[in-house]
Amino acid sequence: MIPSLTVVIGSMITALPIITDYPILPPLGLLVLLAWRLIRPSYWPVWAGFPFGLIDDIFSGQPFGSAAFLWSVIFILLETVDRKAVRRDYWQDWLIASIAMIIVLISGMLIVDFQSNLLRVDLLVPQILISILLYPFVARLIGAIDNWRVAS
Amino acid sequence: MAPPNNRRPGFSKRAQYSIFASYLLGILGAILGLLLLLISFIDPQGFSALRTIGAETMAPVSKSLSEIGGATGSAGYEISAYFNAASKNAAMQQELEQNRIEILEARALRQENERLKRLLKLNEEEPDSIAMARLISSTASSSRRIATLGVGSNSGLEPGQPVRSPEGLVGRILETGPTTARVLLVSDGKNVTPVQRASDSLPAFATGRGDGTVDIQPINIGSNPFKGGDLMITSGSGGLYSPGIPVAVVIRKTETGAIGRVLANPAKVSHAIVQPIFQAETMRQIEKTAATVLKQGTGE
Repeated sequence: MIPSLTVVIGSMITALPIITDYPILPPLGLLVLLAWRLIRPSYWPVWAGFPFGLIDDIFSGQPFGSAAFLWSVIFILLETVDRKAVRRDYWQDWLIASIAMIIVLISGMLIVDFQSNLLRVDLLVPQILISILLYPFVARLIGAIDNWRVAS
Repeated sequence: MAPPNNRRPGFSKRAQYSIFASYLLGILGAILGLLLLLISFIDPQGFSALRTIGAETMAPVSKSLSEIGGATGSAGYEISAYFNAASKNAAMQQELEQNRIEILEARALRQENERLKRLLKLNEEEPDSIAMARLISSTASSSRRIATLGVGSNSGLEPGQPVRSPEGLVGRILETGPTTARVLLVSDGKNVTPVQRASDSLPAFATGRGDGTVDIQPINIGSNPFKGGDLMITSGSGGLYSPGIPVAVVIRKTETGAIGRVLANPAKVSHAIVQPIFQAETMRQIEKTAATVLKQGTGE
């Protein structure tokens, strides 16, 4: 219950009065989801990306279904990676999360308007960098929440 | 970091089947998402009800926080003014900016008046505002540029109505809920604004680029008459926006047109004014014609 709640809260961050002219806010719902997924690989089934994506679509402003599709794909990819992986460490987690975020952000932009956005993908560089740098903090926070959840 | 090794199925048929089933469900989710995406492309307003519910439920949070945000925002500004110049430099600059825009706007209005006088007896009513509200949130994590306004259909808002601020055009209403409305900003890639150059009413289209700038394309393709500093104002054609609202200033020439910076930066706009649709009657007729054309098209 608590993990799902934190993901939804992450998706709802766009309701804060952060008004920008530029896609700059990291996709916090996705960050939290990835953190949970990588810390507790077997907590959610493969299809969990779909419902969380749907909820994110309500708040993100992307065309409806975009996160539902992309997050599902990310979950399938993560599952495959998990089955292939021999060992896993912190740096690998960060790398996997970064790649997943880059895939989702760029695909999300291309879904909005493929032709004209293909030429301005560089617009996303600041957002991607912030998201990647933010991941360790989110993972730390989710780790703390997880410890508390397991203890209580 | 739990090692993933314990998830290998081994030789158990049952475990392998359950893995297969979970994969299948995952792929099904992706396909469903793709279908939803397809539906939202065919009918962009199809899921507006869901988005409206989302915006409405979060509205109390957004509204109360935006009040605080405004206060802290100005506090930061005061501090920056102190550090930058230790004087009222910042305040004066703001005033200068305001005056500059007002002068440009006045110039545009004068020109518009001249044009109307020439046309004679064609009196257009000065549109008054329907509502005034804060922008309470925006799609800061998406590449679409949509902001949420703190008033909705309860205050008489309808999709299509232009939203402006003292600095210039902000966008137009996209979807309305009872107490919130979603505003498609000028800089959104799907927003095309009919504009004209303030100095000589050269007609053009301004299409958003998603980063606070617009792509300005002249209607007469072939010549590229733009130069840096040109002010683009709404032309009133199309009947949505009333003429003379400042939209953008040209910052750079391109091969076929120019790039302009949107004057009303939504991040700085404290209050947005919603205006009625400039020529609501024309818009209705256009919609009617479009509907009949569509009917005929499908009939044949």
